[in-house]
Amino acid sequence: MTENGFGAAVRRKEDYRFITGRGQFVDDINRPHQLYAQIIRSPIAHGKINKVDVDAAIAMSGVVAVFTGADMAADGVGGIPCGWGITSKDGSPMVEPGHPPLAAECVRYVGDQVAVVLAETLAIARDAAELVDVDYAELPSVANLESASADGAPLVWDDAKGNVCFDWEIGDKSATDAAFASADQVVTIDIVNNRLIANAMEPRAAIGDYDAGKDEYTLYTTSQNPHVIRMLMGAFVLSIPEHKLRVIAPDVGGGFGSKICHYAEEAIVTWASRKVNRPVKWTADRSESFISDAHGRDHVSHAELAMSKDGDFLGLRVSTRANLGAYLSTFGPAVPTILYATLLAGSYKTPAIHAEVKAMFTHTVPVDSYRGAGRPEASYLLERLVDKAAKQTGIDPIELRRRNFIQPEDFPYQTPVALEYDTGDYDAAMVKAIELADYANFDKRREESAARGKLRGVGISTYIEACGIAPSNVAGALGARAGLYEVGTVRVNPTGSVTVLTGSHSHGQGHETTFAQLVVEELGVDFDNIDIVHGDTGKVPFGMGTYGSRSAAVGGVALMNALEKIRTKAKKIAAHLLEASEDDIEFKDGQLSVAGTDRSVAFGDVAMAAYVPHNYPLETLEPGLEETAFYDPKNFTFPAGCHICEVEVDPDTGVVEVVRFTAGDDFGRIINPMIVDGQVHGGVTQGIGQALYEQCVYDDSGQLLTGSMMDYCLPKADNVPNFAVTTNVTPCTHNVLGVKGCGEAGAIGSPPAVINAVLNALSDYNVDDLQMPATPERVWQAMQGNG
Amino acid sequence: MSINVSFTLNGEAVSAHVASRTLLVEMIREHLGRTGTHVGCDTSQCGACVIHVNGRSVKSCTMLAAQADGAEIVTIEGVAKNGQLHPMQEAFREHHGLQCGFCTPGMIMSALDLVKQNPDPSEKEIREWLEGNLCRCTGYHNIVRAIKAGADSMRVG
Repeated sequence: MTENGFGAAVRRKEDYRFITGRGQFVDDINRPHQLYAQIIRSPIAHGKINKVDVDAAIAMSGVVAVFTGADMAADGVGGIPCGWGITSKDGSPMVEPGHPPLAAECVRYVGDQVAVVLAETLAIARDAAELVDVDYAELPSVANLESASADGAPLVWDDAKGNVCFDWEIGDKSATDAAFASADQVVTIDIVNNRLIANAMEPRAAIGDYDAGKDEYTLYTTSQNPHVIRMLMGAFVLSIPEHKLRVIAPDVGGGFGSKICHYAEEAIVTWASRKVNRPVKWTADRSESFISDAHGRDHVSHAELAMSKDGDFLGLRVSTRANLGAYLSTFGPAVPTILYATLLAGSYKTPAIHAEVKAMFTHTVPVDSYRGAGRPEASYLLERLVDKAAKQTGIDPIELRRRNFIQPEDFPYQTPVALEYDTGDYDAAMVKAIELADYANFDKRREESAARGKLRGVGISTYIEACGIAPSNVAGALGARAGLYEVGTVRVNPTGSVTVLTGSHSHGQGHETTFAQLVVEELGVDFDNIDIVHGDTGKVPFGMGTYGSRSAAVGGVALMNALEKIRTKAKKIAAHLLEASEDDIEFKDGQLSVAGTDRSVAFGDVAMAAYVPHNYPLETLEPGLEETAFYDPKNFTFPAGCHICEVEVDPDTGVVEVVRFTAGDDFGRIINPMIVDGQVHGGVTQGIGQALYEQCVYDDSGQLLTGSMMDYCLPKADNVPNFAVTTNVTPCTHNVLGVKGCGEAGAIGSPPAVINAVLNALSDYNVDDLQMPATPERVWQAMQGNG
Repeated sequence: MSINVSFTLNGEAVSAHVASRTLLVEMIREHLGRTGTHVGCDTSQCGACVIHVNGRSVKSCTMLAAQADGAEIVTIEGVAKNGQLHPMQEAFREHHGLQCGFCTPGMIMSALDLVKQNPDPSEKEIREWLEGNLCRCTGYHNIVRAIKAGADSMRVG
């Protein structure tokens, strides 16, 4: 292994600035002469706006302007677009309501934007916002899937009858019906996938900065994908051409999907900056984040698994209702469809699958991607169902899974729900996890727990996910309204140092390190002489950003392709300098040599020759050494693995403690194992959060009851154990790196493992089902027979 | 109403004229330009704003600037000395105790106070101490390892 190259646990380049307090997050940026924006948000779930009285606010000293939805509409501002279209099973397009950045006529959730105050200080903006008097005529609302589905329910949108946005299906219904007709046994389950709030530690923020001299706009924003924001906001909302709009997403403090979406505030500050000809800064406080960041999950499902008498899976039937909130967020419609139901085969050879998904509007915050986005919902449903099947059939849960696994020789494997898995070895990953978890000695540990009065349980899940949505034309056919390639530019500077411009965005993933490791490996340049630039449309040619665990599998490969172009050109230059044939040049460890001789030239000298081309083949080769590659993958990648959780339940209180957690994952080849382990730790903790702690709760009138960190329970350090993690490698077959992606797996595999463990701990209590989060009260009630 | 607030920040005498309702974190970030101290919530849960006031860790979002008048304040910017990282900072880097880096300053400041009070904390003691510091990226595993290692090297060093 090359030092600091592929596979090394290189310490991160980006850490120095963060551990010394010199990171630059959006709220750390201040523009000269800037104003502060405070958004006035709806306090009710549904209502008609009769009047917005801004007079008192405008009269306040220090207030520069107050704008309403009517002002934006009068200026021709467009609606926030949705990035993915879904077609219902009857062929009709999804209902796609307008989404003005500031509501002018009607508010549709608590937190909906109504007006914005611009003032000289944040304190004045906040005080003035209190003086904006909005007269609402309150209307009846629907705060959850149940009330939205009821007969005669109030409508979020008049043209969405029954509050249905789309009614979609995938798979072969008749084949699935036939499988059930021939089944020896059927297992059924009802699943609620609890609504979550991402809660990246950095609240969202945005600064709009209009330059009247050049008629140019700059938006600083907390985004996972600045080019996507430029495209959506520029083209659809504000009609600003790309060359006049620069979007910068500097250091971003976590995203987890919630910072993919194009948000109203980005458009509001950008537009307002031109209106007042001054920079405009907005930073959410946490309370505002809770009612304006896209929420995640929120499915209610019924599923049935048909089996032979031996436990072979014959058919799977799934019916899901998904909550989209009041408006369609950027990728909202893709999450419960393309990113969910296509994963329902899991790691199993179930020959017939049919799933239908009814997506509903409610008077709640728009729902979009949250770590895993659809795939955790699929994995949870399937892995809970398989464990229930094991219990019902009396077959050991490991054996039942093993019996139904897609086998290594089956790849490439076409599932009944559209995806073609390229590679994997599910049993190998499971065996590694079982060994690391010391599963064989679980009974001893259970006895030891029992001696202390605790109920110990073990739970397993074997998940699959799909990362790096691709190729673009297939994604387009499935409803994507953008490409899903990635872009990498390698700029070799004259002295041989390297600047990489990548369309991927790092907000904790460590690309500044892992991408530099690829450059070390391919060009032999010293690690310290490489910089990775991301998050600025003014510097990076283009890019689709970071989500869906796509950065290594798509962005990394784009970088590799650009590096290959550099290597090719460098060999041509070296061949000239060494007076040899290009075919005889070997490029290794930063040296370009003539094969079989001691003649060589350092890569840095090649770079210098490219920029000072005095001895250079100018007639056949351009000077300079900079290459760009756009990479559009042939397929998704398919990470998979096995998670094993052990819990202790206190029978007196129902408190669940995760005491051991083991992950055996297959992410393909691994660039930096330290970073991959860290991604697993974080993902698993978010999964444990979903399983035991986190729940977004609205009351019946649409008020968010879990609107602060006091009410919404995020996992703390003493809520989680140390993690045991290992990997099994089956390289991805269709990308040059052999990587699959690791960012979301932790949150996908862990929730079913935790709940399966809790149910296992309660095996003496006749508890079949337990919904997430398994709070002490819920567990205790289940133990009393009130589940 | 405006007031004048003066204190020592990372060894340097500073002062600012601020509105009397100004929070300490706001004065540090907005008036004194030290943006390493972060604001992650508005209910004193997250701990991204932890600094040291007269040697004790404090959530600077929960204190008025006026209350800090005359105090000795250390923020994350004052932890490294003469360009040398503090062993706790080194430990966070060595053990991958950070990902997005937003909670990190508060974590390090909190960890330093823990080690001051308990030079050899157990894993359990570290986890309990971190009750007031939230991290959404790391799952705490590597933060706990980093603090343990940082404490070890501080005892040696």
